[in-house]
Formats: sequence, structure tokens, C-alpha cells
Amino acid sequence: MAASGKIDPMHQFVIEPIFGSFQGNNPFVFTNSALWTLIVLGTIWLFMFGGMKRELIPGRWQVAVEGLIAFIDDMVNVSIGPDGKKYLPWVFTSFIFLLFANLIGNMPFGVVAAAHPFTVTSQFTFTGIMSLITFAIVLGVGFWKHGLHFLSLFVPKDAPLAFKFVIAPIEFVSFLVRPFSLGLRPFIAMFAGHVLLDVFGNFVVQAINSHSAGGIGITILCFCFIMFVSMIELLVAAIQAYVFAILTSLYISEAVNLH
Amino acid sequence: MDLASARLIGAGLAAIGVGAASLGVGFVFGSFLQSAIRNPAASDGQQGRLYIGFAAAELLGLMAFAVAMLILFA
Repeated sequence: MAASGKIDPMHQFVIEPIFGSFQGNNPFVFTNSALWTLIVLGTIWLFMFGGMKRELIPGRWQVAVEGLIAFIDDMVNVSIGPDGKKYLPWVFTSFIFLLFANLIGNMPFGVVAAAHPFTVTSQFTFTGIMSLITFAIVLGVGFWKHGLHFLSLFVPKDAPLAFKFVIAPIEFVSFLVRPFSLGLRPFIAMFAGHVLLDVFGNFVVQAINSHSAGGIGITILCFCFIMFVSMIELLVAAIQAYVFAILTSLYISEAVNLH
Repeated sequence: MDLASARLIGAGLAAIGVGAASLGVGFVFGSFLQSAIRNPAASDGQQGRLYIGFAAAELLGLMAFAVAMLILFA
């Protein structure tokens, strides 16, 4: 946090070592990113195994878990078709990981200074690798299923020949940009929201410290705005996870079905 | 003009793109509502497409934000 009064919203994204240090090219460092990834994984485990007891009359927890799986299962089956069941594991994994990482990153644990949450999805390395896995699946499935015929993905069917020559390069470039944009979207959404929260959180503190009559008004205004943005962030966290899942299933569907 | 102030002006200009993306997002949801109110029975099946359109429109605004942040802090 800014000690000199200057707002530094990038400080919350710094990866710091908890055990070990970055000195001497040490590759095995336990960082705060690793810690919060483990916390996210632990929460997902608790959530999933709490609801996988397969009782005949499901309790609330089991309904929540089964509802979540059925939601993604429906989406995958609608967009990919009868083959969709095979791709459910990755789509569901990416969805639930993004959802839990985003939500846990938004939790106000920072009231206890040591427990300030680190949003693992605010690093492009995480979301970028996830989108690379998606495109490894897309390319692997596409070339394995259709061979070189997979390249007909870039050529529109039933179009005049002159038109095809124009569209094919555009489709190709659009395909090349996709892994980038797929990973960029959840990363930027979390990044932007956290910067906004940090900046207005600093405004609250600075307005209190100014000891002026207008300062109280600014504090209350900024605090209300923070609450509003926090609610928006919860919405965005869910929407971004959903968008990642639906785009993943859409791209896989293109590879499976070709158009 | 020195570098620091040019930087701030550039970041402010880049932030215009976020407002432009808000037009796009509003257009996506507005058009969806317009057609959904005309045919409420068909609207539930189009939720997925709604979010795909939303994601495509939103991404460009987020990129403008990323450019602004890069200018400011990188």
C-alpha cells in the first residue's frame, strides 16, 4: 500500500516469494500465487466432494453441485452435439477454476492484513495457459478427426470462388487471434476491477486523512462506490467464467463438426 | 510537453475506447431485450449467443483499458 500518499494500484499483483527467494535462479519458489492457487483448489475439492455423496434424496449441497455440472453439461451438449460428453471434463474444469479463483480473489479477506487475497486469474500466465490448453484440444481434435481437411474450417461453404479467396485469410487471422483473446478476457476483467477497487479504496483512506469537511462526504461517496463495484465484480467473475466455458465449447465444436 | 504529461494525456485518450465498448455492450443487450420481449418463448435458447456477443463487444473495451494501463505503468 502507498506509504507516501501516492496511489500504487499495481502493488496487489506483485508475485512475492513466501518460502525461498528468487535470487540465484532458484526455480522452486513457493509464492503467494502458488498459495492462493492451492487455496482455490482446496475450496473446489471441498465443494465438489461435499456434493458427491450420491444420496437418493439430495440435500442442498448435492443439488448445488449437480446443478452446476448439469448447467455446463447442457451447454456443452447444445453447442458441440452428441460428441459433447467427451469434452465436458476440460470445459467444466476451466469453468469451475475460473469461477472459484475469481470469486476468492474478490473476497474481502484483506481486513486481516496478512490474508490479503491474491487473485490468481489476474495474471496472464494462468489464463493464457488455460486458453493454450483449449487450443491444443482444438488443433489436436481437428487434425486427428479430419486430417488436413480440418483446414477447410477457414473456407466458407457455398460461397463464390472469388469470395473464398478474400474470406479465407481473414478467417485464418481471426483463428490465430483467438487463443490470445480467449486468455486475455478473464485476465483483463479481473485486473481492471481490482485496479478500480484499489484506487477508490485509497481515495477513502486519503479523504479521511485530509480532516476536512468535504472529506467525509468523499469518503462516504467512495465507500458506496466500492460496494457497488464489488457487486459488479461478483457478477463479472461469474460472467467471465461462463464466457470462457461457452467460447471453449464453441471452438471445440468448430473443430469437431467443421462449421 | 514532457514525457510524464504526454503519458497521462495518452492514457486518457486510450480510455475513450472503453466508452466506445460500452456502446457496443449496451447495443448487444438492448437488441436482445427488444427481440426477447417480442418473442419471450424463444429468448431462453439464445442466452449463449447473447453472451458470445457480449464477450466480443466487451473484449475491445478491455483491450483499450489494457493499452491505457500499459501507457501509464509500463
